[in-house]
Amino acid sequence: MADARKVERPLSPHLTIYRPQLTSITSILTRISGNALLVGALLVVAWFLAAATSQAAFDWMNAAMTSWLGDLVMTLSLWAMWYHALAGVRHLIWDAGIGLELDTAEKLGWGVIVGSVVLTLFTVIVV
Amino acid sequence: MVQLTLPKNSRIRTGKTWPKPEGATRLRTFRIYRWSPDDGDNPRVDTYFVDMDTCGPMVLDALIKIKNEIDPTLSFRRSCREGICGSCAMNIDGINTLACIYGLDEIKGDVSIYPLPHTEVVRDLIPDLTHFYAQHASIMPWLETKTNRPEREWRQSIEDRKKLDGLYECVMCASCSTSCPSYWWNGDKYLGPAALLHAYRWIIDSRDEATGERLDDLEDPFKLYRCHTIMNCTKTCPKGLNPAKAIAEIKKMMVERAV
Repeated sequence: MADARKVERPLSPHLTIYRPQLTSITSILTRISGNALLVGALLVVAWFLAAATSQAAFDWMNAAMTSWLGDLVMTLSLWAMWYHALAGVRHLIWDAGIGLELDTAEKLGWGVIVGSVVLTLFTVIVV
Repeated sequence: MVQLTLPKNSRIRTGKTWPKPEGATRLRTFRIYRWSPDDGDNPRVDTYFVDMDTCGPMVLDALIKIKNEIDPTLSFRRSCREGICGSCAMNIDGINTLACIYGLDEIKGDVSIYPLPHTEVVRDLIPDLTHFYAQHASIMPWLETKTNRPEREWRQSIEDRKKLDGLYECVMCASCSTSCPSYWWNGDKYLGPAALLHAYRWIIDSRDEATGERLDDLEDPFKLYRCHTIMNCTKTCPKGLNPAKAIAEIKKMMVERAV
């Protein structure tokens, strides 16, 4: 530091070297599922819009939405909905100052992951 | 702002592989981040081999051994070697911790060591913590009082003193703040878990008389509320403290005083 030359210091690596943690993964998934839901919702709106536009438009949109790709996207959206809802509940619990001990927080995290998958399967089978 | 990739001058190049010590039977591979301000090169990751039969049990023991026996230019901070000074905080095996109290037996396979994430590197494993310390200073880490000074000490009940447990033990090693993605992206304005844990330590101190001002100061879209309960801080704290809970308690107090 006695060196008078202005040396541009590098930024140390972050995302690429930090080991993913259960709590960090469940956190970023909350954000991803929330954003994905927006896309899913827009698709459903487009579906309705097509139905209100013309027979041809609806046939085209309906074919897309009921194709295997459409089914896949809608199933994933369903999971995103359950995940986002459960993660939201977890945040509400945290906002009350409860469940912030590391082991409880991690159990809640697993609860959200397993719960969202189970509820998605349940919804797919029942509905 | 979220910046997923490193700036051009920070991209890591392949480094040097140092010779294996002769006659050693139990070798362990260490991959260590290197950068020197003297040569104008990009950072690199060097590979060292350490004879585990003659090495102490902690990561810091291995670093000192490398510096003594293989490469004297390797730079890192260390002092107390017992987890109380907070100097040797670095990213070891993908998490932030203190090299002196992290056992080599806790790591599977090769040992990767980087400086604390998303910091300006002074040299090798030494990060510039100027901004981190300034943020700590900004929360007024001292007792603020208005009433006249008592003849003797400021008294506190045993129950009130207990509220400081789990907070006062922080050694300001910066492991938590530099583990926090929110701090990576918004560290200029978000105070980060360490400074906020200290803020809470003074907010709930029964002797402090500036609670309102302290909360007012944190009432800001960035300083406090960039915490999204990612909890990397709590997970990584080498002292086993819980900054995420301290931050949640501050947020709760903000709501309680508003309603």
